[in-house]
Amino acid sequence: MSDVKKFLYVNRRAPYGTIYAWETLEVVLIGAAFDQDVTLVFVDDGVFQLTKGHDTAGIGMKNFSPTYAALGDYDVNKIYVEKESLEARGLTIDDLQHLVWEDEDEDWAEKDSIKVVTASELAEIMSQQDIVLSF
Amino acid sequence: MKLSIQVNEGPYQHQASDSAYFFTKAALEAGHEIFRVFFYHDGVNNGTRYTTPPQDDRNVVNRWSELSEAHDLDLVICVAAAQRRGIVDEGEQERNGKDGNNIAPGFRISGLGQLIEAGIQSDRLVVFGD
Repeated sequence: MSDVKKFLYVNRRAPYGTIYAWETLEVVLIGAAFDQDVTLVFVDDGVFQLTKGHDTAGIGMKNFSPTYAALGDYDVNKIYVEKESLEARGLTIDDLQHLVWEDEDEDWAEKDSIKVVTASELAEIMSQQDIVLSF
Repeated sequence: MKLSIQVNEGPYQHQASDSAYFFTKAALEAGHEIFRVFFYHDGVNNGTRYTTPPQDDRNVVNRWSELSEAHDLDLVICVAAAQRRGIVDEGEQERNGKDGNNIAPGFRISGLGQLIEAGIQSDRLVVFGD
């Protein structure tokens, strides 16, 4: 396991209704142990995965959204959210969880993990990857 | 080229497994190496030998088993996804106290690390899903 590859996880689905979001997060967490270069992308209904204030009591499903806040501790700190997907759903970055990571090269300064990017910027990010896992 | 395949949908409900199978078969026939086929989400349902489709339909599960037999294919089912959906091998049967197992020949159950490793080791990882 010598070389580091660039892994991109594309999250396209709403957090509940199907298990894709939850099982994708499980892949990301396991994958973090492999010391690869990891990027997450949230597009389409996938942007709802990062919204604040999930309450799953009414649907009897586990609320796994607090887990996203732990991604920074796993060195998963490149998280891109597509601008067009947010706008189409009446959302802004203020509706999303404030995900941060600590930069050990800058005395553990706390930095934002989420960046809002346009579809064309996203295309550029995708083209730079070795592995694109679409969920 | 060294390829790995990911299958994210179950048999019959969705075409992903059929497409993955035909792609894998064609790649092998063209002389490429398949490092691993990894089954995730409902894709784990491709690995139960209890599947009994009508006789005039294809047998998606047996097809994978036969391809594995012919080419020594590594067919890996994700353990976490399998446990949720009742796909069990002898080890899982014992560990979880189940009264039987249903894994099809040629398949094995292992962890998500096998998917990441497949990505690292292969020239391309090709995902089939919805």
